[in-house]
Amino acid sequence: MSYAQLIGDWQALVVLFVAGVVPNQIWRMLGLWFGGGIDEGSELLVWVRAVATAILAGVIAQIVVQPPGALASVPDGLRYGAVAAGLVVFLLTRRSIFAGVVTGEVFMLAGKWWLG
Amino acid sequence: MALPPLDSPQWNSPWLAFGWGLRSITQTILTLVLFATYLGIGALAHDTHFSLLWALCSTLFVWAGPAQIILITTLGSGATIIQSAIAVTVSAIRLFPMVVSVLPLMRTPTTKRRELFFAAHLTAVTLWVECHRFLPLVPRERRIAFVNGLGFGLVSVCLTANTVGYFLAANLTQTLGAAILMLTPLSFLFSTARNSREVADVVALALGVLLYPLAAKMNSGLDILVSGLIAGTIAYGVHWWREVRA
Repeated sequence: MSYAQLIGDWQALVVLFVAGVVPNQIWRMLGLWFGGGIDEGSELLVWVRAVATAILAGVIAQIVVQPPGALASVPDGLRYGAVAAGLVVFLLTRRSIFAGVVTGEVFMLAGKWWLG
Repeated sequence: MALPPLDSPQWNSPWLAFGWGLRSITQTILTLVLFATYLGIGALAHDTHFSLLWALCSTLFVWAGPAQIILITTLGSGATIIQSAIAVTVSAIRLFPMVVSVLPLMRTPTTKRRELFFAAHLTAVTLWVECHRFLPLVPRERRIAFVNGLGFGLVSVCLTANTVGYFLAANLTQTLGAAILMLTPLSFLFSTARNSREVADVVALALGVLLYPLAAKMNSGLDILVSGLIAGTIAYGVHWWREVRA
């Protein structure tokens, strides 16, 4: 493991601060400062939460549809199948995250070995 | 392990309460889910060419799994800093209602705002869920110390997982590396689905997954924002149709 892999360059850390740390801390600190008078069930927050959930859903889809690194070595159908199999077991086990994740992983690994 | 009764001398000092918070990470399956997720984030950071230090700093200072994944995947696929910052900002809005709803659980009439700083920083979906579960069992004047202990424990678990995931991705065979990367979408999909209690959340999650591939075809660089805004707004429309109009 090289220096670049362990430490990296400082520009990347600046990007992390600007695009990662600040956008998160803004909302937490706003919550800390102005927390008193907000109605948790207000319509605006329902919409905000729905958009935030959909963005996260998009990221989940992006990793599966346009996989990074080693995941790209797994055929498309196998990745989609793993998510589908995990989802079925997740629903059958009354929403067990653990069962869903394990099933998806086992499906993908078994498929990979079976395809050779 | 059960927490001591509310009037036990085990709660006499903030440090004891911190210790009980720390030990409480062994009492929840979510710790395991977090470990798997951050193992995946470590591997993802490796395979998208970020340094280990970068990955650890993102866990320590961002402390929000979805935001970290959005940041890594968007930057890794060539988005600009502005585009990534917008996507992360929108994803982080949900922290606002979480902080707003969780801090009153630990506030006392004499609590100063700065005493809640770490609790606010540590607030993310896992801590938020666990606060609602554990805090009724903790004396009110010890809750901030307890939450700091719980959060410290969870951050430590995730930093460890990041490091392990990073080295595994560097050294494992391609198949096992792929398996670790796959942990991220699976654990996020199911933990988000589990937390979706309202119809709007379920619709947003399902439509968000389905619309992304369509939005990606436009190749605007804002794919995630476009699909997220459309799917989220439709989900809100469904909620409105059922609740407000009814």
